[in-house]
Amino acid sequence: MKSTVDLLIIGGGPAGMSAAVAAYDAGVRDILILERDAHLGGILQQCIHGGFGLHRFGEELTGPEYAGRYAAMVKEREIPYLCNTMVMHLDENRRVTAMNEEYGLFTIDARAVILAMGCRERPKGALGIAGTRPAGIFTAGTAQKYVNMKGYMPGREVVILGSGDIGLIMARRMTLEGATVKAVCELLPYSGGLARNIEQCLNDFDIPLYLSHTVTEIHGKERVTGVTVAAVDENRRPKSETARFIPCDTLLLSCGLIPENELTKEAGVPLDRVTGGAIVDQNRETAVAGIFSCGNVLHVHDLVDYVSEEAALAGNSAARYLRGESEKKIAVGLKTDGRVRYTVPTHVTEAKDVTVYFRVSDVFRDARVEVRLGDEVLLSRKKLKLAPGEMETVTLKKEWLDKADGKELSFAIVTA
Amino acid sequence: MTDVLIIGAGVVGGLLARELSLYELSVALVEKEDDVAMGATRANSAIVHAGFDAKEGSLKALLNVKGSEMMEQTAKELGVPYKRNGSIVVGFSEEDRAHLEELLARGVKNGVKGLAILDREELLKVEPGIGDTVTCALYAPTGAIVCPYDLAISAIGCAMDNGAELYVDFPVERIEAIDGGYRVYSGERVLEARTVINCAGVYADKIAAMVGDESFTVFARRGEYMLLDKECGGVCRTTVFRTPTKMGKGILVSPTVDGNLLLGPTAENIDDKGDTKTTPAGLASVARSANEQVKGIPGGKSITSFAGLRAVGSTGDFIINSPRAGFYNVAGIESPGLSASPAIATYVADMLRRDGVTLTPKAGATRVRESMHAFRHMTVEQKNEVIRRDPSYAKIVCRCEGVTEGEILAAIRTNPRPRDLDGVKRRTRAQMGRCQGGFCSPTVVELLAREMGVPFEAVTKSGGGSYINVGRTKGADAQ
Repeated sequence: MKSTVDLLIIGGGPAGMSAAVAAYDAGVRDILILERDAHLGGILQQCIHGGFGLHRFGEELTGPEYAGRYAAMVKEREIPYLCNTMVMHLDENRRVTAMNEEYGLFTIDARAVILAMGCRERPKGALGIAGTRPAGIFTAGTAQKYVNMKGYMPGREVVILGSGDIGLIMARRMTLEGATVKAVCELLPYSGGLARNIEQCLNDFDIPLYLSHTVTEIHGKERVTGVTVAAVDENRRPKSETARFIPCDTLLLSCGLIPENELTKEAGVPLDRVTGGAIVDQNRETAVAGIFSCGNVLHVHDLVDYVSEEAALAGNSAARYLRGESEKKIAVGLKTDGRVRYTVPTHVTEAKDVTVYFRVSDVFRDARVEVRLGDEVLLSRKKLKLAPGEMETVTLKKEWLDKADGKELSFAIVTA
Repeated sequence: MTDVLIIGAGVVGGLLARELSLYELSVALVEKEDDVAMGATRANSAIVHAGFDAKEGSLKALLNVKGSEMMEQTAKELGVPYKRNGSIVVGFSEEDRAHLEELLARGVKNGVKGLAILDREELLKVEPGIGDTVTCALYAPTGAIVCPYDLAISAIGCAMDNGAELYVDFPVERIEAIDGGYRVYSGERVLEARTVINCAGVYADKIAAMVGDESFTVFARRGEYMLLDKECGGVCRTTVFRTPTKMGKGILVSPTVDGNLLLGPTAENIDDKGDTKTTPAGLASVARSANEQVKGIPGGKSITSFAGLRAVGSTGDFIINSPRAGFYNVAGIESPGLSASPAIATYVADMLRRDGVTLTPKAGATRVRESMHAFRHMTVEQKNEVIRRDPSYAKIVCRCEGVTEGEILAAIRTNPRPRDLDGVKRRTRAQMGRCQGGFCSPTVVELLAREMGVPFEAVTKSGGGSYINVGRTKGADAQ
């Protein structure tokens, strides 16, 4: 195993592959992708439903098809990658320790690193649901793995807590496999999933979605026998008079995704409190020189198409960094008003047109997205509806950034 | 006829089995669950108490102090992590301080070394993480932490290496006195033994009643806990108790030997001896108390919550006696039971000897067992040596805890063998990290199915009816 590489990419999912292809096309030749699974593709491999690629490829693909397109691009370019390889450590000098069956534990010094490890699902323990701990409680993604990858059904009578996209997708998938999905409970007054998934995965199958509802207790000693669900008040506290028992053998959880940044933290990269991902500039470069981050390890995306787009940006940026071209010229902070929960990037260091991704904290109708420099409104865009489940973008113009050097641009949602 | 039959494969029964397996005796260990360490041993505070709590002259005091002294060596022999991190009992008032003075005096009488009352200033040097309203504390430098199920599993493995036999899924339903011993029934299965030792935890009163001993009862006191992400393991260094009440030692905040932070337990007497559910009120009180004792516990970092049952005896002390010839009770082993467990084993062995059981050291028997966690603690060179011989040690299955396929396979093949997901979890930590098995549990199911030669859907979470899958998908059926 060689001991140095120009660009090391941690993760061979949609982000890692797209970053690798972009970096290659920008002239980097000494690249290595490390992937922990047996194949490239990451979580897309188990996402056998459609809906991927409409933006990126202009056609609807399944997850494996989408991943296959990028895997083919990696292979065409003969970009080296190692599967079944787990990165164990990363330090601030970009020394990577990894392990696989062929080489055992080995270290590589990388001139640049792109973090593309993706995210994980929030487990039951993090939700603090009271009751017993029987079999039959799965995160939606684990259930998806059993059904789509292993060919086994984790249950027959299902309640789903949380209306994230994977939960919605699994409501439909379990139904198609003959299970009965009795309820989808969402703590918040709105779903965090995509509108199209609510339509196609719940409404088309008459699966009830109970907003402002939660599971307050799990029943069953060996296997789940049912759950207690209750409506919640405006402070998200269960209203005990609304509690009712739903018999079921399975509880699926789709209560949020957490960027997997353990390696990032180990390397001393500062994280954003809201996204749980690294603090990055417009190039997706973190505060540690030469370490870049993209995809769901940076912030949870709604569509994989945007993951690819962001990862390509990170790949290009890493190529520029390796050529010594990415010196910082300006300093503009991006501030949010709370209604805008976060922005990626969090700050800008070059005066050029910069696309900013953001998410909102609540559902807003007939609202305006505004970007301001002090009192001056630089942009005011009308939106019929903004929802937390959908990622939004605005593009900052070069001249605004020139003007804002040394200051902050603020992002706000204005309603009537 | 077996020489000694021990009922209950928890940490007490397990360490006792190991102790007796060192002698020329045939030893059988029976357990009602499908795995060992499933009762109070599975879920408790994982603390080796210094020994100042129990009343002087009690068995609890005697065996706690002695067990605490033995624990480091016992853990070392069994390859189980042990850490003497010290413990503090914090006080918030003058009244608490008076109570702490009493504990100190009691501890001195019990023979606990190094105890001291510290003012806030001194205390901050020992434990910078204490809560803002803490005014004083009793400091016990000999307090320690150890993993109870790890200890029990290793002790039972050691006993089995020495020839002891383990019978799981063996709930004892009836005991009959026969000539020269007892006949013990579980469904169709029957074992005969010259000596029977009752280490049945919360069910020890039921077992004693089977031989006509109704001199005590055992009730279950439930304790709810929260386990926090390893990110929080550094919030405090010592185990932080609060001044005790009559219901027990109260909530503690403690690092674990694996680097997590443990909060709990509540204390609630319950009727159903199998009821290990958590409650919203219980978990809320754990969090509230913990935050008074220690500051800087980050919110939202709980990775799991659970409840354990302490076996509280009606006498207030450990109940270790022989109500009739050849039958022994080791009952009411509530806190400080884990701390006392190594001393209980030798104490009971001495009782047997006094009662005429011949204890001749067995050639080749050993107190030592190779650590199941050896790979985790190896240097890079050592790991690579292992990987060269067996590449499955380079395949990470549980990414959160960094557990390899090689370690999981070794655990599945080592006595006492795990037969379900939770059994693998307790032995290897796979599924015990921050994603709680979200990523790795399907792979662990596959490994278990393969190793046990059973279908994928036959693998359970924790035995019995805790099935994980209900059958094939439609597409899989068609294949």
